[in-house]
Amino acid sequence: MNAPTNAPKLHDCRDAFAATLERLAVENETIVAVCNDSVGSSKLGGFKSKFPERLVNVGIAEQNMVGVGAGLANGGRLPYVCGASPFLTGRSLEQIKADISYSNANVKLVGISSGMAYGELGPTHHSIEDFAWTRVLPNLPVIAPCDRIETAAAVEWAAGYDGPCFLRLSRVGVPDLLPENHKFEVGKANLLREGSDITLIANGTLTHRMVKAAEILAERGIKARVLNMATVRPIDEAAIIAAANETGAIVTAEEHSIFGGLGSAVAEVVVDNAPVPMKRLGVPGIYAPTGSAEFLLDEFGMAPTAIADAAVALLKRK
Amino acid sequence: MEISDLERIARQIRLRDLRAVYEAGAGHIGGEMSVIDLLAALYFRVLRVFPDHPKNPNRDRFVLSKGHTACALYVVLAKRGFLPEEEISTFLKPHSRLNGHPNCNKVPGVETNTGPLGHGLPVAVGMAKAAKLSGAQYHTYVITGDGEMQEGSNWEAIMAAAQFGLDNLTLIVDHNRFQQGASLADTNDIAPLRPKLEAFGWEVSEINGNAMSEIVPALEKRTTRPHCIVARTNKGHGISFMQDRVDWHHKVPSKEQYEIALAELSEAL
Repeated sequence: MNAPTNAPKLHDCRDAFAATLERLAVENETIVAVCNDSVGSSKLGGFKSKFPERLVNVGIAEQNMVGVGAGLANGGRLPYVCGASPFLTGRSLEQIKADISYSNANVKLVGISSGMAYGELGPTHHSIEDFAWTRVLPNLPVIAPCDRIETAAAVEWAAGYDGPCFLRLSRVGVPDLLPENHKFEVGKANLLREGSDITLIANGTLTHRMVKAAEILAERGIKARVLNMATVRPIDEAAIIAAANETGAIVTAEEHSIFGGLGSAVAEVVVDNAPVPMKRLGVPGIYAPTGSAEFLLDEFGMAPTAIADAAVALLKRK
Repeated sequence: MEISDLERIARQIRLRDLRAVYEAGAGHIGGEMSVIDLLAALYFRVLRVFPDHPKNPNRDRFVLSKGHTACALYVVLAKRGFLPEEEISTFLKPHSRLNGHPNCNKVPGVETNTGPLGHGLPVAVGMAKAAKLSGAQYHTYVITGDGEMQEGSNWEAIMAAAQFGLDNLTLIVDHNRFQQGASLADTNDIAPLRPKLEAFGWEVSEINGNAMSEIVPALEKRTTRPHCIVARTNKGHGISFMQDRVDWHHKVPSKEQYEIALAELSEAL
């Protein structure tokens, strides 16, 4: 007899992005969506049928796409520039620097299918450098929501924020973690679980794995605090310093290289303010083998049990 | 402003630019001399701009994509009333807002930051597309260098402009035939530009870009497609020993050279 399943329902955050953008566009006629032949993968089909004139498809041309976004903002439009994250960020990084960040253009960059979402397609399509590339740029909040609720809240926040930002979304299903009425605050971590022995910090698709790891640790008698750190820049320094001082050890996990991403950002705050032992989980500076996103995250030591094991090992260094 | 007045203004701008580069000890004087006639015609005849209200939504948009010739733009903006004229003497000085490439958040009248090549035209396409979306009547102009047209991003933007039907966009290529290190012909000779732009669906005009009588009608021309003006110019125009010499891309005149150039430009006044 099969055991009853109680696995939570998984949601593709792109659906929340698209639904929110369509809702906002009804009220705000300046909103336009800009994409690079990515109507389908950016889930802009609904937007296109409702607002055909306001869907600007530049074709397969990411550098032009980002520049066009800056020009649309100059002309009083509110562009959401959408594309697969490895190409949006990597291929047009200098445009993001000069035209968006340095010019402080009111453009919302939306990196779709980030991290290992295109697992089987290989390292050219993995976007595990985008935190590092974008978080070094001034004027550019870098945000990776953890579920559909936070995605919708962040997309709505971005529309009201007078300046550029980078929203990093996945296409891998994640369960709901935050309450339905959650209001996104840029630069603020959410405490998902209280704990005094160690702190687990993640964002994006890794947050729910961190929550599971904390549950496993609880079974082992270890009280783990869990912080959802959607904003990588500006990072919530107060929450990190408090975590270091109050729990004495920090584990980070991310769908990104361990160089330059969330773990690095947390480590910078820790080393400057409250040095404690840390473990950064992520892609360890190599190109990944073939496999699905879920397989690769497990492969790189980010299965919930492996995260819990890493936390236990770290506790010995306290 | 009439043609003869524009010619006089352009000479005054050349003189002030020469002095600014000489005093700052740096600048891109060759490309500045080639583009100044185009800038003078734009700011003193063609562009609808509001120096007292630089962000007026009805303003025409202008993007200097060849941002390394910022000094010429600063002199023009000052003469047009966007900046105090005496501020030009701070060019490249510590904490001056007039750095080597224009900054839109510091310098009134600058629409977007430029410097790295191949950025201005995509942004200008976005500006022109925004006007189409909102029904705004402004026109968008952008000046690139001819060497700059080697950047692939420009060709992405050229395709998009045609696809979007941007009859409210004018691209001016400052075709002085020299880039930083060598002549265009000896580097990656993308000339002739006309057939390439036409093949991509643009209307193309070819003019002498240092002749005001040809510049003004070309800038004022309205077409049913995006319009490219291939402006044949001379690097170092107006200064005999600089003219068409690649080494004047960013060389600074010696005192003796400065005085010769000053005399030549003053004579033309």
